[in-house]
Amino acid sequence: MNIVEQIKEKFGDKIKVFERSSKRTYIDVPKEEAKDLARYIFKDLKARFSIATGTDTRPGIEILYHFALDKHNLFVTLRVLVKKPELTMETFSDIIPATNWIEREIHEMLGVNFLGHPNLTRLLLPDDWKEGEYPFRKKTFESEKEYLENK
Amino acid sequence: MFNLFKWGFKKSPWVYHLAASACNNCDIELLDALTPKHDIERFGMVLVGSPRHADIIIVSGIVNRQSIERFKRTYDQVPKPNLVVAIGACACSANMFRDSYNFVKPMDEIVPVDVYVPGCPPKPEAIIAGIVKALEKL
Amino acid sequence: MAKETIIPIGPFHPLLEEPEFFKFYVEGEKVVDAEVRVGYNHRGIEKMAEGKTYDQDTFLVERICGICSTSHPFAFVQAVEDVSGIEVPERAKYIRTIIGELERIHSHFLWLGLAGHFIGYNTVFMWAWKYREPVLDIFEAISGNRNHYAMFKFGGVRRDIKDENIPGLLKAIDEVEKFANMLTKAVMDDPVIQARLKGIGILKKQDAIEMGVLGPVARASGVDIDVRRDHPYAAYDKVDLKVIVAGAGDVFDKAAVRLLESIESVKMIRECLKKMPAGSFDADVREVGVGEGIGLHEAPRGECFHYILSNGTNYPERHKIRAPSFMNVPSFKKTVIGESIADAALITAAVDPCYCCTERMAVVDRNSNKVVLTGPELVRLCQEKTEKLRK
Repeated sequence: MNIVEQIKEKFGDKIKVFERSSKRTYIDVPKEEAKDLARYIFKDLKARFSIATGTDTRPGIEILYHFALDKHNLFVTLRVLVKKPELTMETFSDIIPATNWIEREIHEMLGVNFLGHPNLTRLLLPDDWKEGEYPFRKKTFESEKEYLENK
Repeated sequence: MFNLFKWGFKKSPWVYHLAASACNNCDIELLDALTPKHDIERFGMVLVGSPRHADIIIVSGIVNRQSIERFKRTYDQVPKPNLVVAIGACACSANMFRDSYNFVKPMDEIVPVDVYVPGCPPKPEAIIAGIVKALEKL
Repeated sequence: MAKETIIPIGPFHPLLEEPEFFKFYVEGEKVVDAEVRVGYNHRGIEKMAEGKTYDQDTFLVERICGICSTSHPFAFVQAVEDVSGIEVPERAKYIRTIIGELERIHSHFLWLGLAGHFIGYNTVFMWAWKYREPVLDIFEAISGNRNHYAMFKFGGVRRDIKDENIPGLLKAIDEVEKFANMLTKAVMDDPVIQARLKGIGILKKQDAIEMGVLGPVARASGVDIDVRRDHPYAAYDKVDLKVIVAGAGDVFDKAAVRLLESIESVKMIRECLKKMPAGSFDADVREVGVGEGIGLHEAPRGECFHYILSNGTNYPERHKIRAPSFMNVPSFKKTVIGESIADAALITAAVDPCYCCTERMAVVDRNSNKVVLTGPELVRLCQEKTEKLRK
């Protein structure tokens, strides 16, 4: 049974799998199940954590966790949507130490609060950068704010 | 007396390299100028490690918000008179980084630049020519 | 060798009383804690990339770092090609491989020169950088520039390597190989270097896996990963690729892995130059398509990762860049704690952060919280230990 089928069998209908090609697979997973799935991929399937990407989209911040399965020439990407305006997410840094720095970067650039992170401080931005200003967010207007927060 | 000083300055300038946030290519080309192929030491030029010993300052890179304070402070430590040579397109005019949110001001609004050496990166020969041109200004 | 060297202090900038890049906390001679502050080089490139077209982006990502200047375009164009499955002609794949391997040689020689300077062997510094020059001359012959070669575009490469130039390039590569062999033997057989580098800065295999380290740092600790072999791209599946893996994870192994890799790179370049097929070198692509793409490349420091989210226009919606040093630099904390302060500079350099980071180091005494030693003094301590070992 190949890797993607193993994941499908274990997590069943909690996830949605999209196999774009034989080398790239994208899995949509709800916020609550993401850590279990990441633990399974990192510890049981022995994948390598490559990096995480944060993107600002209308419904919320989309975080992509990219895992490399080197022995199978495959990249598995977990897609997690963190809704506005709460913007909280569990930290992965206790099971995968490699996520420590990238969670700090997503926090300062997009404003996502990673609960349980040991050191959620500034990484790249200068010390005198204003709090509450997130460079990677797309520009929104005051008039849209009410609509976005009621979603 | 002043002519004696000028002669000393020209004969063996001590060069100090001050980098703001650069991509390091200009820095590597400057160090290449030290190596046997180009060898600026035969001109009497010496690369020093402390700004207080420098006659000529070579600046490279763009200045971002984090490094502007230390940059200005280091420049103030260099004794006057001195010459400033800006190498690389980033130091001359901010290159393509002028749209960045972390970019502050072009280099010549922070320190007074005497010679501009454009290029990305400028070859070691161009850097040496730039320093020589700066010396001729005296 | 005399302690007074002719070469001036080198690629270091003096320290100010400000936040340092690398801070070591000591009690006596031992390092008890370490931290690193980054952000001095943050130029906001990811955000700028959203406002530039894909063609302009290729030039922008080249300037992320000067040493591995071709790794970022290499990964970037593959990410763009991954979005809609653009096929690259065979000849372009071989040319890409040649450029990638040439850059690996030049970067490893540069690192070797720096490491030599830290230990106090300034002759090694001069030689390594002198023999980088033939590699840079080859680059100039192929692309017109010694650094920032601008050879990549999505769909192929921008310039061809003409067939009539190949014999000259083969001869130049032979010269580089002679030096690579000589230097490898000199370093691996020297008893002082072995005594100096062995056993310090050890990164255990389990730590290497958990922290996600990449490149020679991972391979020196026994983690057998290499993007060229695991996720083949360009012409790497058509040449004889050997991945060098060591076991101990100390500074000596990290140096050995890099040196042996340079020799393998020379062999691969020769094979590519001989095997290159005729044909076009550019697929002349006009559109990128809609979707997501991931591109990878084994840079001299490890896996370089680019992610593109494309919405059908000429501007990327999101461009994520991850240089290998982002994963490697946090691991220096694990390797330097417990070591003596005389080795701290060397261990930090062995992680091979992009050179601009190594310059700013400081030592803070835990009890008095004062800065005790500065960067250049740390390097001198490193050099003095070598002298003591020699006697």
